[in-house]
Amino acid sequence: MENKNKVLLKVENVGFSINDKSLVKGVSFEVKQSEIVTLIGPNGSGKSTTAKIALGIYKNIDGKVKTYTDKIGYVPQKISIDWTLPIRVLDFMSLTENLTQDQINNALNLTGVEHLKDKSLSNLSGGEFQRVLIARAISKQPELLVLDEPVQGVDFKGEIALYELIKKITEKMKCGILLISHDLHVVMSATDFVICLNGHVCCSGTPQKVIKDNKYKELFGDRASNILSLYEHKHDHTHSQDGTIDRK
Amino acid sequence: MLDDFFIRALIAGIGIALITGPLGCFVIWRRLSFFAGTLAHSALLGVTMALVFELNIAFSVFLISAVLAIFLLQLQTKTNLPNDALLGLLAHSSLAIGLVIIGFLTTIRFDVMGLLFGDILAVNQNDLLLIWGSGIFILIILKFIWKPLFASTINYDLAKAEGMKPDRYNAIFTILMAAIIAISIKIVGLLLITGMLIIPAALARNISNNPIQMVFLSTIGGLLSILIGLFSSLEFNTASGPSIITAALILFCFSLIKLKKYSELKK
Repeated sequence: MENKNKVLLKVENVGFSINDKSLVKGVSFEVKQSEIVTLIGPNGSGKSTTAKIALGIYKNIDGKVKTYTDKIGYVPQKISIDWTLPIRVLDFMSLTENLTQDQINNALNLTGVEHLKDKSLSNLSGGEFQRVLIARAISKQPELLVLDEPVQGVDFKGEIALYELIKKITEKMKCGILLISHDLHVVMSATDFVICLNGHVCCSGTPQKVIKDNKYKELFGDRASNILSLYEHKHDHTHSQDGTIDRK
Repeated sequence: MLDDFFIRALIAGIGIALITGPLGCFVIWRRLSFFAGTLAHSALLGVTMALVFELNIAFSVFLISAVLAIFLLQLQTKTNLPNDALLGLLAHSSLAIGLVIIGFLTTIRFDVMGLLFGDILAVNQNDLLLIWGSGIFILIILKFIWKPLFASTINYDLAKAEGMKPDRYNAIFTILMAAIIAISIKIVGLLLITGMLIIPAALARNISNNPIQMVFLSTIGGLLSILIGLFSSLEFNTASGPSIITAALILFCFSLIKLKKYSELKK
């Protein structure tokens, strides 16, 4: 089954440096249809940089990036809208794609912010803004979604709902997702492939494999390793609800 | 009775307001007011080059502005000096070189004041053709590149990631800026073009809540400034450029009142 899925993004041995200072190097991975690949790592470990390399934002990168789709949705880590630019949620939604009112409403509805449609972007709270960003990225029905800390500033309940939504999107729209997240619980329970970064690839593989890796333990400390038990517990539950693959 | 020259000035002014309205919005959205000022300063050099080599003034100004913009991009990669310092450097050195060259042109009679502040008496039919011809061209291009240009104004990374090619459209926008400065010199004057780009857009911001509305109101504000400015310039015998900009400023002050009411309502 897995092998039949189309490869959407292939990153081969890429790196990027500014003024001879290497931000990240030697990263390789693939994102396939219906697959969530996650980048984890401490602050400044090159997660966002890697995502931007994969998206072709930087010039003069090392290595090779191949993208097999042009339907890409991106939720950047940081985006600031200047007051001088008056823009409503509605205008922002169709920033890179022409959408119908229905498509806009549906996407905003999915992330729970349909009521903010006519509001000015600069009046939104951090969490509301993230929801709008996610709605915009999924509204164009992308084949590849790149989400850089998509739920930052979102309340606890919303966080879980949004991650469930992301998971659902992968299954329903068969899109591939490159996710950057600090939430190790979510990463370990919902992800297909994990890459642990610290300027280079420390370790990578399935969540079960990464979590047992010594380098992972070194990087994130003992508490992060305890997630293993949490993870297995959590996985039990999702399994009994969904009735899907039993990995244990 | 209105004289012929005045009708010509009105037609020219209206043409310019129609272009500076939308372009001006992008200027303040992208924080390019100082950049526009630099291009305008370099226009003096463009005019003197036109006189030396007997070129069309607008064409020469356009060429010099475009070269300056490219030179700026080169400088940015070669030094870590901040942008405003580089712009100041280019603005004043190109102005200085222009003035030095004018000093050598003793045989040519040359109205520096008209160049700096605009001269409605000087607008002829060729100018009208140039303004409306290239004006319509600029607006069509702007309409055509609106979406990618707007997306890259909001966020470069986002636009680039989703295939909007921001570099290409930023470059096209720079060329449009050089063009509007080249064609509006005669009416507004090179010292005041930046005002014509910024003030109507700024007043529009105060009273609008979405981008299209702001472009629309900015154009209306520009048109009103041109009409009020030119009529009072005729009435009080003042230079056209300063009169237009003063009218724009008065309109801007009115927009502040509206803004205040609006924010009180929101509370």
